[in-house]
Amino acid sequence: MYNWDFAPIFANSDVLGMGLLNTLKLTGTALTFGVPLGLSLALLRLSRWRLLSMPAGLLVEFFRTTPPLVQLFWFFFALPILVQVEMTPFVAAAITFSIQSAAFFAEVFRAGIVSIERGQSEAALALGMSGQQAMRRVILPQAVKRMIPAFMERSIELMKTTTLVATVSYADLLFQANELAQKTFRPLEVFTVTALIYFTVIYAASLIVHRLERRLAVSGETTVH
Amino acid sequence: MWAYPEALLAGAAGTLRIFVICLVVGLALGLLVGLGRYSKLRLAYIPASIFVEFFRNTPVLVQILWFYFAMPMLMPFEISPLMAASLGISLNSAAFSGEIFRAGIQSLESGQWEGARALGMSQAQAMRRVILPQAIKRMLPALTNRAIEIFKMSTLASAVAYVELLQQGKLIASIHYNPIEAYTCIALLFFIFLYPLVQSTYFLERKLRQSD
Amino acid sequence: MSTQDPKDLLRVSGLRKHFGNQEILKGIDLTVNPGDRIAILGVSGSGKSTLLRCLNFMETPTQGQIQLSGQVIGSERTLRDGSVQTTYSERELIRVRQRVGMVFQQFNLFPHMTALSNVMEGLRTVKGMARDAAQTKALEQLARVGLLDKANDYPARLSGGQKQRIAIARALAMEPELLLFDEPTSALDPELVVEVLRVIRKLAEEGRTMLLVTHEIGFAYHFANRVLFIEDGVIHESGTPDEVLKNPRQTRTQAFLARHNEFKF
Repeated sequence: MYNWDFAPIFANSDVLGMGLLNTLKLTGTALTFGVPLGLSLALLRLSRWRLLSMPAGLLVEFFRTTPPLVQLFWFFFALPILVQVEMTPFVAAAITFSIQSAAFFAEVFRAGIVSIERGQSEAALALGMSGQQAMRRVILPQAVKRMIPAFMERSIELMKTTTLVATVSYADLLFQANELAQKTFRPLEVFTVTALIYFTVIYAASLIVHRLERRLAVSGETTVH
Repeated sequence: MWAYPEALLAGAAGTLRIFVICLVVGLALGLLVGLGRYSKLRLAYIPASIFVEFFRNTPVLVQILWFYFAMPMLMPFEISPLMAASLGISLNSAAFSGEIFRAGIQSLESGQWEGARALGMSQAQAMRRVILPQAIKRMLPALTNRAIEIFKMSTLASAVAYVELLQQGKLIASIHYNPIEAYTCIALLFFIFLYPLVQSTYFLERKLRQSD
Repeated sequence: MSTQDPKDLLRVSGLRKHFGNQEILKGIDLTVNPGDRIAILGVSGSGKSTLLRCLNFMETPTQGQIQLSGQVIGSERTLRDGSVQTTYSERELIRVRQRVGMVFQQFNLFPHMTALSNVMEGLRTVKGMARDAAQTKALEQLARVGLLDKANDYPARLSGGQKQRIAIARALAMEPELLLFDEPTSALDPELVVEVLRVIRKLAEEGRTMLLVTHEIGFAYHFANRVLFIEDGVIHESGTPDEVLKNPRQTRTQAFLARHNEFKF
C-alpha cells in the first residue's frame, strides 16, 4: 500500500499558488489581446475585398489547424532568431496564445455576425447608414449578446491550453507542480493535487458559463457556437 | 532539414500510432460513457457524469504527466511515454465524445423509439437498428472535429519524450541549431495534412444539413 | 437622352435587373410625380419587390437609369459596344436613401433598441442630429402613428401591427421625399392589418409620395391614384384604379384579379 503524504504540498503551497497566479495572468493577457484581434480578423474575413479577407482567412485557418504546442515552440525558439529579440517564456507564450485564441474567437465573432438576419442590415442601410455604421450600431450589438456563452467556453479552453507553457519553462501551475514533484519525490500527491486545483477552477468557471447560458436562453436569446 | 527523412518518418509514424490508439479507445470508451450518461440507472449515470466532468475540465497535459509521473507510484509496472500519453488523450477524448454521443442520441425525437417499440423491438434492438444509425449521422461532424483535435493533441506526447513529429522536430532543432526551419517545417506538415481534413468536415457538415 | 422634367420626382428608364443568369426585371419605365400614390400589384416572382428595392438601391440595377428630382444617380459610362454601364458609389447611395424611405414586410426593427431609439436612430447616426433634437422629432413621429405610449418599450413586447407602425415612424423621421412600402401588411395577422393601413391612408391624405407593393387590392383601389400590374418583369398594365382594377384590359390582369377578388370595391 502506498504511503500518502501531503505534507510537502502544504509546505510549498506558495509555490503552487504563484503558479496558479501565473496561469491566470497568462490567460488574462491572451484574452486581452486575443479578443480585439479576433474581432478584427472576423471583420476582415467578412470584408468584400479579397485582399483583406484572404490573408485573414489564411491566418485563422492556419492557427486553428496547427497544434498549439507546435505554435508555442515556434514562437519561443524560432521567432527570437528571426527578429533578433530576447524572448522570455511569458512573452512567447503571450504572443502564441493571443494569436491562437484570436483565431478561434474570429470564428465565434464571424458566426455571431452572420447569424444576425439580413433584414437587420437591410433596415440599417435603408435608413442611409454606411456599412460601418450598420455594423457598429445594429449588427455587432446583437451579435455580441449571442456570442457570450461561446466566448466564455473558448476562454475556458484557453485556460486549459495554457498548461502547454510548462514545456517551455514558464512558471505556470503545471511547471511549478513538475518542479515540486521532482524536488519532493512525491509526484503522486503533487500531481493529484494539481489536477484537483485545475479541475476546481475550471469546473467553477464552466458552471458560471452554464448558468449564464440558461439565463440567456430564458430571456429569448439564441446562442451560437 | 531534408537530410533526416528517416527521423521525420519515424515521427510521423509515432504520431499516427498514437492518433489511432487514442481515436479508437476514445470513441469506444466515449460510446460507453455516452450511453451511461443517457441511461436512467443511477449506477451508470453517476460514474459516467463524474468521469465526463472531471476529464473535460482538466487539462490534458496535466493528465499525461499524472499518468507518467504519478501513477507509477501506485502501479507495480512501468508506464511508457506512449501509455501515459495515450491514457491522457484517450480519457479526455472519451469524455468529450461521450457528450457528443449522448447529445446525438437525445436529439432524436421520441417518435423513433415509439415506432421501433411498436414493431416489437427490444430497447437494445431499437438502439442498434433505429436510433444509433440516425444519431451517428448527426454526430459525424462533431466526431470528426474530435478526431482532428486528437490528432493535434498527439504533440503533447512530446512532453514525455514520445517519438512523434514534434519530438523529432525538437531533436533536429537541437542538433542543427535551426529551430526556424525545424518548427516551420513541422507546422507546415501538420497544416498540409490537417487542412484538407478540416475542409472536408465543413463540406460534410453542409451536406448533412441539406439531407436533413 | 430623356427630357428632364423638373416636375418629376422619380424617373426610371429601361430598368433591368439580373440575378445570376435569371433576368427578373426586363425593362421598366416609370415616372413618379410628387403626391403620386402608386400601388404595385403582381404575383410572387413577378419582380414587383425587386423593382421597389432598386428604387432605393437595396438592389443595384443591372441596366437602366434612375433619376431623382432630375438628378441621375450613379456615374454612367458608354462602352464601346454602345451599351451604358452605371457605377454607384456608396456615398451617393447613402444620400439617396436619406431621401427615399423604405418600410419592410418583416418590419426589421432593431430589437436591442426601444421604439423611441429605433425612430431616433436614423436621425442620430445618419443625419448627425443632437440627442434632444432627435428625441423631439422621434416623439412627434411616434405620436403621428399613435404609439407615443409605447416609446420606451422594446420591439419584443409589441404586436406585429405596432411594430410596423413604428417602422413607418422610423422611416418618416428621416423626412423622405418618397416612401416605399414592400408588402407592409403581408406578415401581419388579419386583425392587425387595419391599424397599419389606417396610418398609410393618413399619409396618403397628407399628400406624401408613396409606392406601395401590396396584396390588399381593396385598399389599393381606395389609396392609389395609379395602379401598376407587374408580370414577368415588365409593367403589364398601368392606369387609374378604376381602369386597372375594375376594367382591366389585359387578360393576365383579369386572371390575377379573378384569383384575388375576395373584395368588393
